[in-house]
Amino acid sequence: MSDNFPELVDELTADEAELLEEVLSDLGESRRKFIGQSSTAVLGAVVLQFLAKRTALAGEEMAEFVPLGDEQAVKVSFRVNDAAKSVSVDSRMTLLDALREKLALTGTKKGCDHGQCGACTVMMDGRRVLSCLTLTAQCEGRSVTTIEGVAKGDVLHPMQTAFIKHDGFQCGFCTPGQICSAIGLMHEARNGELSYVSKDMRKTAASITLSDEEIRERMSGNLCRCGAYPNIVAAIREVHTGKATDPMAVIFDMSKEGSDATV
Amino acid sequence: MRPFKYTRATDVAAAAKTVSTNREAAFLAGGTNLLDLMKEGVAKPSELVDISGLAFSKIRSSGNVISIGSTAKNSDTANHALIRRNFPMLSQAILAGASAQIRNMATNGGNLMQRTRCTYFYDVNMPCNKREPGSGCGAMEGINKGHAIFGWSDKCIATNPSDMSVALMALDAVVKVSGADKKQRSIAFADFHRLPGDTPEKDNTLEPGEMITSIDIPMSSAGMAANSYYLKVRDRASYAFALVSVAAAFEIKGGSVAKARVALGSVSHKPWRCDQAEKLLTGKSLKDLNDASLRAAVDAELMDAKPLEHNGYKVELARRAMVLAFKRALKSEVVA
Ligand SMILES: Cc1cc2nc3c(=O)[nH]c(=O)nc-3n(C[C@H](O)[C@H](O)[C@H](O)COP(=O)(O)OP(=O)(O)OC[C@H]3O[C@@H](n4cnc5c(N)ncnc54)[C@H](O)[C@@H]3O)c2cc1C
Ligand code: SF4
Ligand code: FES
Ligand code: FES
Repeated sequence: MSDNFPELVDELTADEAELLEEVLSDLGESRRKFIGQSSTAVLGAVVLQFLAKRTALAGEEMAEFVPLGDEQAVKVSFRVNDAAKSVSVDSRMTLLDALREKLALTGTKKGCDHGQCGACTVMMDGRRVLSCLTLTAQCEGRSVTTIEGVAKGDVLHPMQTAFIKHDGFQCGFCTPGQICSAIGLMHEARNGELSYVSKDMRKTAASITLSDEEIRERMSGNLCRCGAYPNIVAAIREVHTGKATDPMAVIFDMSKEGSDATV
Repeated sequence: MRPFKYTRATDVAAAAKTVSTNREAAFLAGGTNLLDLMKEGVAKPSELVDISGLAFSKIRSSGNVISIGSTAKNSDTANHALIRRNFPMLSQAILAGASAQIRNMATNGGNLMQRTRCTYFYDVNMPCNKREPGSGCGAMEGINKGHAIFGWSDKCIATNPSDMSVALMALDAVVKVSGADKKQRSIAFADFHRLPGDTPEKDNTLEPGEMITSIDIPMSSAGMAANSYYLKVRDRASYAFALVSVAAAFEIKGGSVAKARVALGSVSHKPWRCDQAEKLLTGKSLKDLNDASLRAAVDAELMDAKPLEHNGYKVELARRAMVLAFKRALKSEVVA
């Protein structure tokens, strides 16, 4: 099986070392010890040993675990929160994992990892997208904004302020995704973009004011396990309309929630 | 996930060649369906050719058709002035699908090509003829609540979940494709997706390596713009696949129905065109359109439905959804 391995070299370039790290990433504690003590030449042997062990242990499953050849490695240059970044990743790595594991931006959350919950929502070139269904490789030349990038220094984004004011969360796990999604929603409304509940597809307007029903429909890609929905809608409504509302009012309003649902 | 080689296509012919030569290669557009299936170990490409940078992202008027680029995003398509004005039902259908984030990523070509599927298809521990030909159909003996009532075979009973495709079927769209040898083809929408028969692993009639370049809708379908509606019925109000969906479009001339187009979604392996209902509604005077006559058209269509063990409700649901969609499409034109 050693035929499958790239030739081991004594001197590793920075990129190669990074790739090696990637391969070794699940050796855990012993890996850290080894890296601390070893020269890169020794690391080559570690890879082989590690792979041999894993193969013996996992049998069949290991067939899919091959070290990164040039074919599977991709170099990606993009902007994250207005800073130029360049990463070398396994072609399989999602943007979500690259943000969290490579760039130490853990604000973006992994909920379902399958496009079903919205926790991983970020902005790509100004539009909200799901980082769990985006390959890092697809981000070449793009500009990504995560929750860490929406405030201006110490000044929170108005949407962050409104979420705090209206208690738009309980555990907070879905919140970075909710806020990024809500900011995306605002841009879309300002561009006059439609939703399924918009009354007339043919009527165009430069910018549209959203009803609560519209806000709910447009935020339906963001689930909240804590059920903070009424407060999330209140926060978005306040920023979207520019009209401050009393956070307590929602409590008396909750009985109306859902009354104008369609279909 | 199986390791794969990632490349960015700069040229259609070369991309098509790669995918036709390496049977394990696949085009990557928005990635919202393919990457999901790869994470589940259902799709295992050895090579991804990213076609999102190719010059097929325009939506434009060209002669007597509106041509919708295959790599244009779903959200940009739904919101494009040409689509909103001429085919508002297509905007509705696109916007009824997935979530805002996914529509910002998903492309039109990818939407048409998303797998016809069911939950058993996703579960690699279950038999599934579509995923693994010859292994059996997990759903046939299992829970088939979401499955087909039309056109299924004993090999596969899955439904196609694309909302966009239901509207395109009713709008007489044509799918333009380009192959490895630069051969161009036009495929009528009704011939694009296929029924499962004995080969459920094939969802559509594309040859290996063929790429969708655009989806063209004839301007003649714009005559139905004022009287069209896409109705999607689902388990929750939003962000769910349809149980049943209806695309209904009519052209009204001189007080009667000059043209009727009806298609159903989530009832078959492909978007289901309702010829019977169309035939009965065409030529009808608006005066004669009422609950009874609409219902008669619907019943004629649903007569051939073959529900499975758990999805008998779909027949009644389709019946009611069709009547409601007809009324919403015809608006004030009919007395309910
Ligand atoms: C949580 C969730 C909910 C969803 N809900 C809905 C819903 O309610 N309604 C609905 O309609 N859809 C729904 N979808 C599906 C979504 O619409 C599709 O995933 C999307 O449209 C696929 O487009 P894409 O560009 O991301 O395709 P990709 O994932 O990139 O590609 C899908 C397939 O198409 C092929 N392909 C892509 N472009 C071309 C081309 N130009 N020519 C030939 N082959 C091509 C690829 O090789 C691949 O096999 C949902 C998806 C998710 C994740
Ligand atoms: S219905 Fe089709 S997709 Fe679902 S398990 Fe059966 S063969 Fe597979
Ligand atoms: S983690 Fe991306 S949608 Fe759930
Ligand atoms: S605040 Fe807990 S999931 Fe939304």
